[in-house]
Formats: sequence, C-alpha cells, structure tokens
Amino acid sequence: MESVIEDFKKTVISEGARQLRTSPKNIVVKCPECKEIILGREYRKSLKVCSHCQYHFRLTARERIELLVDPLSFVEIDKDLVSVDPLGFVSQNQVYAEKLAQEQKKTGMKSAVVTGHATIEGIPLALGIMDFQFIGGSMGSVVGEKLTRVIELALHKHIPLLIASASGGARMQEGLYSLMQMAKTSAALAKLSEAGLPYFSLLTNPTAGGVTASFSMLGDVILAEPGGLICFAGPRVIEQFMHERLPEGTASAEFLLEHGMIDLIVQRHALRGKLAQLLLFHQAQSQSMVETTILHTQNTQKKRSQSPSSSAA
Amino acid sequence: MVSEQPKQSSQYAKGKAMEYDLEFEQPLRDLAKEIHIMQQECGKLENPTRMQEAKEELHTLQQEIYANLTTWQTVQVARHKERPRATDYIHRIFENFLELHGDRSFGDDPALIGGMATFNNETVIILGHQKGYGAKDQQYRNFGMPHPEGYRKAYRLMQMAGKFHFPLICLIDTPGAFPGLGDEERGQAEAIASNLALMARLPVPIIAVVIGEGGSGGALGISVADRLLMLAHSVYTVAAPEAAASILWRDNAFAPQAAEAMRISASEVFATGIVDDLVPEPVGGAHRNPVLAASHLQIALEEHLSSLKKYPPEQLVEKRYQKFRNIGCFENSR
Repeated sequence: MESVIEDFKKTVISEGARQLRTSPKNIVVKCPECKEIILGREYRKSLKVCSHCQYHFRLTARERIELLVDPLSFVEIDKDLVSVDPLGFVSQNQVYAEKLAQEQKKTGMKSAVVTGHATIEGIPLALGIMDFQFIGGSMGSVVGEKLTRVIELALHKHIPLLIASASGGARMQEGLYSLMQMAKTSAALAKLSEAGLPYFSLLTNPTAGGVTASFSMLGDVILAEPGGLICFAGPRVIEQFMHERLPEGTASAEFLLEHGMIDLIVQRHALRGKLAQLLLFHQAQSQSMVETTILHTQNTQKKRSQSPSSSAA
Repeated sequence: MVSEQPKQSSQYAKGKAMEYDLEFEQPLRDLAKEIHIMQQECGKLENPTRMQEAKEELHTLQQEIYANLTTWQTVQVARHKERPRATDYIHRIFENFLELHGDRSFGDDPALIGGMATFNNETVIILGHQKGYGAKDQQYRNFGMPHPEGYRKAYRLMQMAGKFHFPLICLIDTPGAFPGLGDEERGQAEAIASNLALMARLPVPIIAVVIGEGGSGGALGISVADRLLMLAHSVYTVAAPEAAASILWRDNAFAPQAAEAMRISASEVFATGIVDDLVPEPVGGAHRNPVLAASHLQIALEEHLSSLKKYPPEQLVEKRYQKFRNIGCFENSR
C-alpha cells in the first residue's frame, strides 16, 4: 500500500534537497518537472506552482490551511495527539519509535495531519489537512483518530467537512491498527452522510493506497490539484504485476477525471474560490430550507386558526 | 450440519496421501519417510510396536510444530495450495447455496463470489474471496485478487442483505485487491471505500472470517463486521509481507522479517483485540482435514450469529461503530 512512497522518494529527496540548497532565503528553486529555475519571490507569489509548466509543488499542511481559509479563522484541535509504537516495530536499520521522534524533530509536526475548524468566506467548516512530509503522510492510529474526531466535530457543529489528502497509504509500522483506520474514518463519514452534511475531498500529490481506498474517495464532491499522482496501487507496483510499461500520466489526477473517478481538477490559485462556491451552494439550500419550514409552519398555524373545525374543537 | 463433498475440492479431501511439503515440515517429512520405509520393509508386521511408536511420534511432533508456528510459517500455511477455499466452507456449512453474479455495471468477478444460502433455517448472504483449485482455476479466479467488479458485486449483495434483513457472512482469503491498470481505470479504490462506508451502517448482523490470507484493503473491503474471526493459522495484514519488505527493507527477500515485524498471524492479531475470536484448526492445518475445519467454523458462526441476533438493528449498528471507533493506539503528548 505504501509502495507509492517508494515511487516518490526520488522526487521527495531531490525536491527537498533543492529547497534546502536555496534555503533559508529560498532565492531560487528548480522545478523537478521542467527543470526551469524559478525565483524564490515568484515561487511564493505563485503559491508554489511552477510558472513555466504549472507543476504544483507540495504544500505543507500549514501552507495549505493558510491558502484556503479566512485569515486567523483556523482553530486547531487535537494538536498534541502522537503515535505510539504498538508493535515494537523494528525494520532493517530503523526502530519505529526512534523514527517517530526523528520525524517530529525534522518536520516540527506531531503527526501527518492537522485538524480543526475555520471559515471560508465567512462560512464555517471542519478541516483535516494531511502533510506528506511526515512519514509520507501515512495513516496510522493518530491520523485515523484525528480525522475521525474532526468528522465527529463536523457532525456535532452541523458544519461541512473538507479533507485534503496527501499520503502514501496506510502506515505499515502500526500493522493492522493502520488498516482499521480505513474502516474507522469511513464509518464516521457514513454517519456524516446520513446526517446530510456535505464532505468535500481534495486529493493532492500524492494520494495512494489505503487513504485513496477509504476517506479520499468518499467525498460528495472530489476535487484534485492538477498533475498529482492519485491511485490505489502505485505505477511501479502495476508495472510489476502487468509486466509492461505504463503510458505517461497513468494514475494522475487527469487520468482519474477522464475515467469518471473525480469531479474537478482545480488549479491551486482557484481552490479557495471553488470551495467557497461549493459551501455557498449548501448554505443557500439550507437557508432556503429553513425559510420553507418557517413558511410551512406559519401556513399551518394560519389554517388552523381559520378553520372552523379547529375553533370548534 | 456438515454436508458432503463440495463439487470442487482440495486434493487431500479427494483422498490423496498427505504430504509434508512446507519447508519447516522437514522433521515431519523425515519421520513420515521412515514410517513409509518401515511399512514397505516390514509388511509382515515384524515389529508392530516400533511402527506404532513412530506414528505416535509423528503425531506428537506435528502437534508440537503446529502449536508453535512462527509468523512466517503461519503465512506459509495460510497460503498453502491445498488450503480449503471459500467454497469448501460454503458447501460444507451452508445449505442451498445459490451463487449470484455481476455488478450490474461492468462485469462479474470470479475472485469474489457471493450469493444466498440457508444457515440453521435462516437465509443469509455469503461473500467470499475465492482463490481456486489447481493452476487453471486459480488463474480464472485471479488467485483471489478481486477487481472493482468484485467489490461492486459485494456492494450490491450487501445492500440486498440490508433490504431483506439477511445476516451477512464474509469469508476472507485474498493476497489483496488486484493492482492492475484496468483496476485503476475502473476505480478499485472507490469500490473498496464504498464498501467500508456501506458495511459500517448495514442494519444486519455481519460476521467476517479470515480463512486464509487477509491481505490489506482487498480484505478489509468485505470485512467491516460486528465480529471478526480468524482461523488459527490464517494471517491478516496491512500490506503483503513482500510489499512491506521491498519498501522498508528495500528487498522483498525480507518478507519473513516483515511478517514478523507487522505481527500478522492470527494469534498475534488476536492479542491486539482487533479480532474477536480465533477458530481452531485441525492439527497440521485446515487442509489436512477440511471437514473438521468446516465444523469448527460452523460452531463459531452459530455462536456468534445467535449472540448478534439479540440486538435490534440500531443498537447493532451503533455497537459496530463504537467497535471500530475505539481501534487505535496513541497518546496525548501534553
């Protein structure tokens, strides 16, 4: 499931290394897609999108929140939940417990997802934003728990939900606990759906494995950023199984749109606007429903007071 | 009731001599060979006591080895080519199985079968991964790796179960959902995800049993259940040991180490509390006595189904929600 991380390791490392070389001031950045040099100022202004080829660089969860929601409206929840090492997992030269500590130090994050609530154009919503930096955005107990809690928050506050995915899949180091987070988050979303609350799923580069096969594909509306890898199995795994080279662009956001798996591909600069539009559709409808109900109640009351039978009773 | 032979069955069930073909069964193989030679040489029963002793020794040794299987050895038993398939259990445990076909959108998937059957005078819906018998059938069944059509057929049958109040029984035995190009095109991820959401809210009792391999999302896609059971020598894993090894060890030859590290054997999974019950297997694995294996499973199914039927649908669904809601290990760092 997490094999997609492997496909990405190369780009992660090179992208990371390039950014490191140009940091701390980010004077220039090289696009991994078209190899053009982008000025740091331009890079930030274009929201980390290559001005030459439209390659969408990965955003951190914080950057994405800043991009999407009304300034200062974001309130984080459960920010101190951290993974434990339930299996005492040790692989070749890595102890999972140590890896967690290293990742926390390196990224300054405590887990691979940031959750909370905020407003977009004044409309409140609950959000779960994943971050690929933290162990490939993989889903273990903490990611599953935080997402489930934010889904439940949406239920209790009766507000819409947005989850932005960026993940290689389920986290193998937590074994079956990770797999079960797929069921847990999906069960919570099923409840949200029964309550008639909208869920918007945003797929970003990359979204794969157990994350795709659970909450990511359950959106009422599914959006994706252009060019992102979105799949169940990664291209490398597919090639191994099929014994053939895959055509360019397989398992990209465009591929999914073509095959009817997602609703829209949205450029980064237009994301906030599209989300606001979707939120407004729902807000307008719930307002009109409230008005209809009020009108209906008034009418019934009027009828009752006018009807002779009711006065006789 | 355990009915007679299924139409297709494992070779052992057909009466073929039992072989010890797994690597760790070497001591058993040696001893069996010894007994075989003795049988040929001492056909006139020159030394019946020694023979009896050797047979008893074999039995004890087998019991000992199978009581202490390592994780990787369990994987080998779970994947044994003669291990009873879903249909072996279906035909032995249930009556009147009527297989239903097709997802009403694209096709029918022989890797994930489903249908209606009678269980203790009650109608149930059965779903199961089917790995197939022998090379040709296995290929036809895609080695038990379903395509999206399989999950969508399952979705349809789950809905039917909910609509007509039929309990749902799912038999899990898959290396994983198939990772092909066509599967991506036809939405493997969406098909699995939809099943997870549907099963979470289905207002009927659901029992899932891992009978062999529980591989990743492909297994989970039909196992969001009120009760999750595992056969004693089955495995359930977040990722195939080979896949995990190729990522975390950078070499799939480390699959045994990956299997140990992920703790995927039935007894290890049971220790996490994620699995509700272990179903015993005959000594030497289910393939050595499919009839007995089926009767163990039948007893477990009867027990769990009757206890689930005590709950009204709303309570059943809420209990199921809480069951999955509570899975996870984490702490608050503040």
